[in-house]
Amino acid sequence: MTMTEVNRRAILAGSGALVVSFTVPALAQTQGVMRGGKGRPPLDPRRLDSYLAVHENGAVTAYFGKIDGGQGTDVGIAQIVAEELDLPADKVAVVMGDTAATINQGGASGSTGIFKGGQAMRHAAAEARQALLAMAAKRLGAAPDQLSVADGVVSGNGKSVSYGKLIGGGYFELQVPWNGKLGNDLDIDSKAPLKDPAGYKVIGTSPPRRDVAAKVFARHEYVTDVRVPGMLHARVIRPPVAGATLVAVDEESPRGIAGVRVVAKNGFLAVVAEKEWNAVRASAALKAKWSEPAPVFASQEELYDHIRKSATRKRDEDKNQKRGDVEAALAGAAKRVEADYEWPFQSHASMGSACAVASFKDGAVTIWTGSQKPHYARDGVAAILDIPVDKVRAIWRTGPGSYGRNDAGDAALEAAVLSQIVGRPVRVQGMRAEGIGWDPKAPASIHRGRAGLDGNGKLVAYHFESKGFSRVDINSNESEPAHSLIGMTWGVPLHSLDGFGHPEHAYEIPNILQAWETIPPLLDRASPLRTAHMRDPCGPQVCFAHESFIDEVAFAAGADPVEFRLRHLPPGRDREVVQAAAQKFGWQSRVASTHRNDSADLVRGRGFAYTLRHPTIVAAAVEVEVDRRTGKVRVVRATVAHDCGRIVNPGLLRNTIEGNVVQGTSRSIHEEVRFDTRKVTSVDWKTYPILDITDAPEQIDIVLLDRRDAPSSGAGEPSTRPIAAAIGNAIFDATGDRIRRAPFSPERVRRGQA
Amino acid sequence: MAGQIRIEVNGKRHTLEVEDRDMPLLYALRDELGMSNPHFGCGLAQCGACTVHVNGAAVRSCVTPLSAVDGAKVTTLAGLGTPQHPHPLQAAYVAEGVPQCGYCINGWIMTAAALLQKNPHPTDAEIREGLSGLKCRCGTHVAILRAVKRAAQA
Repeated sequence: MTMTEVNRRAILAGSGALVVSFTVPALAQTQGVMRGGKGRPPLDPRRLDSYLAVHENGAVTAYFGKIDGGQGTDVGIAQIVAEELDLPADKVAVVMGDTAATINQGGASGSTGIFKGGQAMRHAAAEARQALLAMAAKRLGAAPDQLSVADGVVSGNGKSVSYGKLIGGGYFELQVPWNGKLGNDLDIDSKAPLKDPAGYKVIGTSPPRRDVAAKVFARHEYVTDVRVPGMLHARVIRPPVAGATLVAVDEESPRGIAGVRVVAKNGFLAVVAEKEWNAVRASAALKAKWSEPAPVFASQEELYDHIRKSATRKRDEDKNQKRGDVEAALAGAAKRVEADYEWPFQSHASMGSACAVASFKDGAVTIWTGSQKPHYARDGVAAILDIPVDKVRAIWRTGPGSYGRNDAGDAALEAAVLSQIVGRPVRVQGMRAEGIGWDPKAPASIHRGRAGLDGNGKLVAYHFESKGFSRVDINSNESEPAHSLIGMTWGVPLHSLDGFGHPEHAYEIPNILQAWETIPPLLDRASPLRTAHMRDPCGPQVCFAHESFIDEVAFAAGADPVEFRLRHLPPGRDREVVQAAAQKFGWQSRVASTHRNDSADLVRGRGFAYTLRHPTIVAAAVEVEVDRRTGKVRVVRATVAHDCGRIVNPGLLRNTIEGNVVQGTSRSIHEEVRFDTRKVTSVDWKTYPILDITDAPEQIDIVLLDRRDAPSSGAGEPSTRPIAAAIGNAIFDATGDRIRRAPFSPERVRRGQA
Repeated sequence: MAGQIRIEVNGKRHTLEVEDRDMPLLYALRDELGMSNPHFGCGLAQCGACTVHVNGAAVRSCVTPLSAVDGAKVTTLAGLGTPQHPHPLQAAYVAEGVPQCGYCINGWIMTAAALLQKNPHPTDAEIREGLSGLKCRCGTHVAILRAVKRAAQA
């Protein structure tokens, strides 16, 4: 299957029997215009035709410059476009991830799929509607304001005409007021009238995902499934220790394995073979000599000391939360609280290591990539091959997991290079050890909170500092070879960037200062501990420390954790989200850890956390069970209240939040990249354990606060953010032990360890 | 060692001439037979993304040598059911909209199908135990449990 997906149309549960029917959307009949092929005007962000096409049968294709990794963003886009055009959602097909068919809207990035991508597509649809109504007015002999539209049919002056009849198969050939930006911030400064949300019929409903049936029946084409005639299979060989460079390679060493070729170029080493299994065997048999550098990493035990002592590369003070004189207020406070927190490196640990297929021919290349930012993968491929960008076409196919800048960007560039060298299409896929051992990591960090309370138990001073590795040591996309393993191996000038994050909240505190500092990477070139964006970049770490600390301050104030938070939240959406979570959870007011039973071995506790991921607001309450003998922590149930403005698709939003709660739980309790002074030692699921289904929460309750009057904001990542803090706070409630270092692993939680 | 392997895959018989009779079944299915499922996840039998049925039992094809399945009947996710005739688990998966990226899906559905074959009405604890060890990175575990329960009640 290529662009045509099997679509679940309806599931009717009858008396014990399931009736499943499937339809193929209008897409199949419109292949001609799918990819900017026959007659479609050249892609240009100023052209309406770059965003939308109306087909003869009245169906619409939306060309969306982002991708969906399994949360249903494309369905939301179909709903948004359908709504503006007065069509049912299933009349809108969404093409995404192909650089020959879509404008660069940033790919999957920062929870902006609906937030920003949806806004741009809404504006494009409004422009299209305006143009269609102008055509209809002429055709029907009616004034535009006398026209009405239902299901893609325009009526007025006693007559009617369908979109398909008005333009079907043709092109708008109209300019739109593009805002001049590419990527996430692309928008159309449209003056066309937008539909009043009060009249929405499609937005707010829950049509199902379009890729589920194809995945369930094994018909979905993943990037790993792309096959190109003449394609060879490749495996890249990484250095045995960090910082090692290739000295020599014995090209004859994969003896007796058919059809193998060794590729070594400027220190980059790979094997290619006709058969995939032979590439795997050859990569294991290949003998290479690598340099033996001195150990490049601090030992794992020294990680947090290293961060503490390391010189600061950049410091940033939060402008949104900066008031008063914190030091003076601390000095005058009735009570002071201080605490330090630590968060480890974590791995995307996608289900499979990255894969890419490249076909280089006559100075041009097509690349199939699992990168969630195919436009940037295109740019990176052009740069590493030193060919013009218009000679590269990148086509996104679902990868084995997509949570940020993972190893997919590296595979894309490596496949392209290999295809150019061997003159055949090449498919590259990593073995398990590459995925966890060599993917870009979520940064490790330390955090310190200092707070002062007045005599009434209110915060008068709040000082919060984070220090850690940059979340953009490797940029959030692979458009520059400096941010790819192969580019770094080849010695391109480095370009490490600085970024971290501040706590995001609406607490009213008269004296407050929040800051972060970044430090240089442990190894600056081709490091298996290079750091980059991973689902909600720096959100879980910062929120873990900040909302654990707020809980500690609440305890010091002798206050119930929810009540203490509400004390500092003004009336408004944040406050309502906190209240909604507490209410749904059945939160009873009491000071944390006052009801605990220290003689029992199996104890339960509840914890709360609230955060903004501007402008989305999330609050989470969890109940945990802790085995005091083993230190094992299990989330029994979780409640999430979520406000992301106007909800486009509540059903898919629930699934998204559920996934984030479970992934967030896994990261909080189980996940820590292990390393020694020479290499990353987390290389598989035994050395990088994640949550097992035996420990999955029994219940996840979700409260969606739908703000019809507020623009839709991000939902892909925000609910990941408060989970660690909520769990840590629940462990304190259950045990009286405050765990200030993540993850909450057995050796840290066991009785007597904290 | 090179040689011949006979297997039946999703009801179709194949005789494969292979260079290495100990090549894992996964590579025969994907490379020799051109199938797009199951998936390579870890190559270490640690995640389940490569799971198929061999004579009705769920096995990890990434570590199952071809020599061990000579003459066997293999069923993959594609052979378990079709949109027209879905396996109850597939219907339940669609109804619950379970997968996100879905790369792990072979492990969960094929393991659960073998489980339900043996124990058609498992308890919640039996489902969890039966699926223990499988990996899902997107965090769809709670939806998976809903789907397996739904299929068990179908």
